[in-house]
Amino acid sequence: MYIDPHIHMVSRTTDDYQRMALAGCVAITEPAFWAGYDRSCAQGFMDYFRQLTETEPKRAAQFGIQHHTWLCINPKESEDIGLAREVLAEIPSFLDRPNVLGIGEIGLNKNSRNELVVLEEHIALAKSRDLLILVHTPHLEDKMKGTRMIMDAIKDHGVDPGRVLIDHVEEHTVRLVLDRGFWAGMTLYPDTKCTPQRATDIFEMHGTDRMWINSAADWGISDPLAVPKCRDEMRRRGHLDAIIRKVSFDNPQKFLSQSGRFRVQ
Amino acid sequence: MATSLTTNKIVDQYFLEHRAKVLDIAAFLDRFDRAAASEGVAGSATTTDVRVRALCAALDLLRDGQSDRARRALELWSDHSVEPVAKAGMKGAIGAVPLP
Repeated sequence: MYIDPHIHMVSRTTDDYQRMALAGCVAITEPAFWAGYDRSCAQGFMDYFRQLTETEPKRAAQFGIQHHTWLCINPKESEDIGLAREVLAEIPSFLDRPNVLGIGEIGLNKNSRNELVVLEEHIALAKSRDLLILVHTPHLEDKMKGTRMIMDAIKDHGVDPGRVLIDHVEEHTVRLVLDRGFWAGMTLYPDTKCTPQRATDIFEMHGTDRMWINSAADWGISDPLAVPKCRDEMRRRGHLDAIIRKVSFDNPQKFLSQSGRFRVQ
Repeated sequence: MATSLTTNKIVDQYFLEHRAKVLDIAAFLDRFDRAAASEGVAGSATTTDVRVRALCAALDLLRDGQSDRARRALELWSDHSVEPVAKAGMKGAIGAVPLP
């Protein structure tokens, strides 16, 4: 039994839900993200938020998977501050829907000034509603700088780091995140983030407290079964079932339950 | 939560996988050099391509006998500036910043 706390099921097939259920997935959380193209208007986001709060929970439920979501305008579309503010103004009307856990995945992409402005406005919204935050950290060469900028912005707003998950950490950012009191997520990607082997190495070097693993499977090169594959890697190395359960079920449940909305059957 | 594997078990379990990865890197550099020769431009040893230079620099790092190779390779490829950029000029990332 496991939780995949970050996956973009709007980009996946129903067959993927079926395979995840067979592999033991009982709950997922789906942050709002970039569709692979820039949406042309704020109304496009409203349709997307309806998909996340109405359609996907029904699709997941067919396979006994509890579906939850996070809302935002993704940092990849934050360069246009006018559009971002239009979307931000509409987000509160969706926040009381039963599967919404908080604000996410917010953060930075290219570490630009406009991205930072939009990030800070999302943080302020989360702070004003006492919502959990799920953070996207930038890709590849931009990750280390962006991770530092994001953590500084969150601290500047007085948000409790214990209510923030900083995602996509790797070897060069995991310690920065944990040492400042945040939760850390490792995304399991074939090429551009952590492999199951490297994620297990990171657990062995940095421990398992305030850590989780996720597939972040989307429309790109990714694997919706990455979490069970990492569980298998840990098992191959002889790690205890209790430790494997901690990083793939207990820890996500503990963090997400702070929302008051997270349910797992 | 230290690893419970012995050195022998680690080699038994992972050697072939990583032998294949070394060959992939070797073949990639050979492929790059063949293309460079046909184009009459610099090969991997002297190329100005940021990504190939970054890859080769990381290969040197792997053999320096120090620990934390994965962290240090990622740091080698990272942007170490601290100020926000004026404008996001592209959506993606290429994998490494230019080396000094």
